[in-house]
Amino acid sequence: MSDDNVIYQTEALIAEDIEAYLDQHQHKTMLRFITCGSVDDGKSTLIGRLLYDSKMIFEDQLTALENDSKKVGTQGQEIDFALLVDGLAAEREQGITIDVAYRFFNTEKRKFIVADCPGHEQYTRNMVTGASTADLAVILIDARKGVLVQTRRHSYLCHLIGIKNIVLAVNKMDLVDYDPVIFDAIVKDYTEFARSIGIEAFTAMPISGFKGDNITTKSDNTPWYSGPTLIEHLETVEVLSSADVDKPFRMPVQWVNRPNLDFRGFSGLIATGSVKPGDAIRVLPSGKTSTVTRVVTLDQDLDQAVAGQSVTVCFADEVDCSRGDVIALADNPPQAADQFEATFVWLNDEAMIPGRAYWLKLATQTVSATVQAPKYVVNVNTMEQLAAKTLELNAIGVAELATDKPIVFEPYAQSRTLGGFVLVDKITNATVAAGMLNFSLRRAQNVHWQALDISREAHAASKNQKPAVLWFTGLSGSGKSTIANLVEKKLHALGKHTFLLDGDNVRHGLNKDLGFTEADRIENIRRVGEVARLMTDAGLIVLTAFISPFRAEREMVRGLLTEGEFHEVFIDTPLEEAERRDVKGLYKKARAGQLKNFTGIDSPYEAPEAPEIRVDTTRETPEDAAERIVALLIG
Amino acid sequence: MTSSTLTHLQRLEAEAIHIMREVVAEAENPVMMYSVGKDSAVMLHLARKAFYPSPPPFPLLHVDTTWKFKEMYALRNKMATTSGMELLVYQNPEATERGINPFDHGALHTDMWKTEGLKQALDKYGFDAAFGGARRDEEKSRAKERIFSFRTASHGWDPKNQRPELWNLYNARKNKGESIRVFPISNWTELDIWQYIHLNDVPIVPLYFADVRPTFEWEGQLFMADDIERLEKVLGYRPEITNRSIRFRTLGCFPLTGAVESTAKTLPEVIQETLLTTTSERQGRVIDKDAGGAGMEVKKQQGYF
Repeated sequence: MSDDNVIYQTEALIAEDIEAYLDQHQHKTMLRFITCGSVDDGKSTLIGRLLYDSKMIFEDQLTALENDSKKVGTQGQEIDFALLVDGLAAEREQGITIDVAYRFFNTEKRKFIVADCPGHEQYTRNMVTGASTADLAVILIDARKGVLVQTRRHSYLCHLIGIKNIVLAVNKMDLVDYDPVIFDAIVKDYTEFARSIGIEAFTAMPISGFKGDNITTKSDNTPWYSGPTLIEHLETVEVLSSADVDKPFRMPVQWVNRPNLDFRGFSGLIATGSVKPGDAIRVLPSGKTSTVTRVVTLDQDLDQAVAGQSVTVCFADEVDCSRGDVIALADNPPQAADQFEATFVWLNDEAMIPGRAYWLKLATQTVSATVQAPKYVVNVNTMEQLAAKTLELNAIGVAELATDKPIVFEPYAQSRTLGGFVLVDKITNATVAAGMLNFSLRRAQNVHWQALDISREAHAASKNQKPAVLWFTGLSGSGKSTIANLVEKKLHALGKHTFLLDGDNVRHGLNKDLGFTEADRIENIRRVGEVARLMTDAGLIVLTAFISPFRAEREMVRGLLTEGEFHEVFIDTPLEEAERRDVKGLYKKARAGQLKNFTGIDSPYEAPEAPEIRVDTTRETPEDAAERIVALLIG
Repeated sequence: MTSSTLTHLQRLEAEAIHIMREVVAEAENPVMMYSVGKDSAVMLHLARKAFYPSPPPFPLLHVDTTWKFKEMYALRNKMATTSGMELLVYQNPEATERGINPFDHGALHTDMWKTEGLKQALDKYGFDAAFGGARRDEEKSRAKERIFSFRTASHGWDPKNQRPELWNLYNARKNKGESIRVFPISNWTELDIWQYIHLNDVPIVPLYFADVRPTFEWEGQLFMADDIERLEKVLGYRPEITNRSIRFRTLGCFPLTGAVESTAKTLPEVIQETLLTTTSERQGRVIDKDAGGAGMEVKKQQGYF
């Protein structure tokens, strides 16, 4: 089945040059993902297929599988891949997966860990468990059934846990004759739903786990589908946790290493950022500062360690530091607080009791905590917010939380490590809830570190970038939005925090009260300028794509910003050329007199006299221009 | 922007070290199960890394059956010295007294020496957390087991009532008498183990490499005659010994561990052979197949590691 398959054709390499193969394997990255779907959507079959196609099934296992398939299989005489995956005796009899199971396979580029998550309603807790360590989620849909209540539920949970990469795998396409109309309708349905809960993007693909369509090789049965196969996508998608490296340094202390009087080190797993000898650090919550002298491992001292590594660091000074403390970048530390709003997923049969004290474990800190009655719970089938007195098994709700002493934290959206926690029952020791801190309600009063106003410098530093405004100006249809969009994509790929303010989009909301008279055009640009300024205060790289025809307004915006932050990008497309392209058909309308005050026709455009960047779109492609702009900005 | 995306082995190593430190910080009396196999070797190496420059702050426990290969005993003693850790060896006195052996007693051999021996050892020393080198890719029921796997006071495992394990937050709380089995290399595969041994020069028992060794055939499989005198005593006859170039894919008691004919003398050659072979690792062991399709799951509920 997969003999002609390039992705897994590693056996030749293993046989001919084992050293080369080992070298390749040594440099692989790792992607953790979860699969979720309703009962019978074919999750286990899909995973069985991935293992089978990647040769993770040995001959003796295959023989056992063939025997089992005949005995209890549901696929007649064909191999039932699900039997390979469904482990525990109880569930083999029932034919359902009842717990999270982890599976492993390799391709030439990556090692994969798959969390196989159950589909039925009462096991939300297992899905949340699987999702908490995943970089990506595969949401399975049965092509015959379309978007179900459980599809919504699983998508919502993945989004809640913060999984950014979502794959919508429309499975069992073989059972609907690979009909593109059915696929498109399901994607359309799902798009609507995804938007409504805030999922910004997902990748949809038509597959058959049973037949193997679009799993490792492009299927001849779906000539209308031009996207990647599932494996191609999994191999190339960005591993989210690598973004943690660009955040400020934080390391929760697990253990103090003190073998003798001459050595004192602090051991932990770096949550975000990086650390090297010479770095100024601050220990929280005490606020004491010192300098890193060594980053110690058994092999050798490291020049630098990054997020995801387990290390031991030594300081220049004898500062107090113990388990539960957080070591952070000296001038950009996290806060400590003792009252929060948090989102909870209740995991225990015994419902939450408001006011009862539970153990709360966040990173390496364990404190006593109480939860108030929820503000609301979310109906995960309809996403409605409902009133509730408590949180029951599988409930998701928002409530206030108080700890008996301050804990060092960051909102979950910023840091899974310093924002995610579990609650443990003090009597039974069961893990009863998972939670995510949304924000603190007030600063803890007994925290004494140097108060830092979060300045624009601090905002920028936390993003590791210089704020800037790239102000694209030019005629309608000159290519501003196209190029700005390309530039933003490139900056984003570089890990930069950006935001693109587009003329048309702003006029749908913020400026929808404005028309196209000269006064309104000026007000339009003033508002956009102010918004851009606020965004640079927040440390962002802002891109604006507005005709902005008047020199004075562009200079006004330049004046709002710190010197050197405003970059005027003149998209210099001659009127004849822009009118020839007429992408939106606006010139035609303007010439016909249906559009008044149209720049270049019956309203003037004042070209910049000394723009920072000038792009002649008749000589340079948008791609080249974008590349040049990024190079000029980043240097 | 960053070129510092960690490789899968770096991530697995960091995870294992993090797990070990959590246990040391939160358990009162942890111990590391040490079987002298390749997985144990990697686990021990990770422990040395986790606490360096301190020695790992817990003892090694070898639940011995008296039927291990001689080379395993040799490496065991050497590694305890190298790592600066205390080595505890436990042999179930009842099994010793009754002369339990793999030839006459089959499944009872594993049950008495290993399952019962382990429970007795944990009770004797009062360990509340025990590291084990099991991996999720080995066997179906292990794929579903948590990294911190809770055991009742009578060492039972309830697969349907496992604690949810989110992010890298582990709940190590328990009542008196209860204990936790901890599996720091849960997410490693056999290939990862070999690759790590290769990259880090982790010492392993030479039996993993091919050499000419005395062998005999018994019940259709090939075994090594590690202690001919003792074999003869138990079998009641002297088996026919032939010298063959063999190695082992997995190491347990020598009469229960089948050898494979091989010429792989270096680690890359062993890895090459492992990857190109078409039978799974545990097949050399008799233990998984005892109790029908769910052999290991039943054993684990009874307290097998």
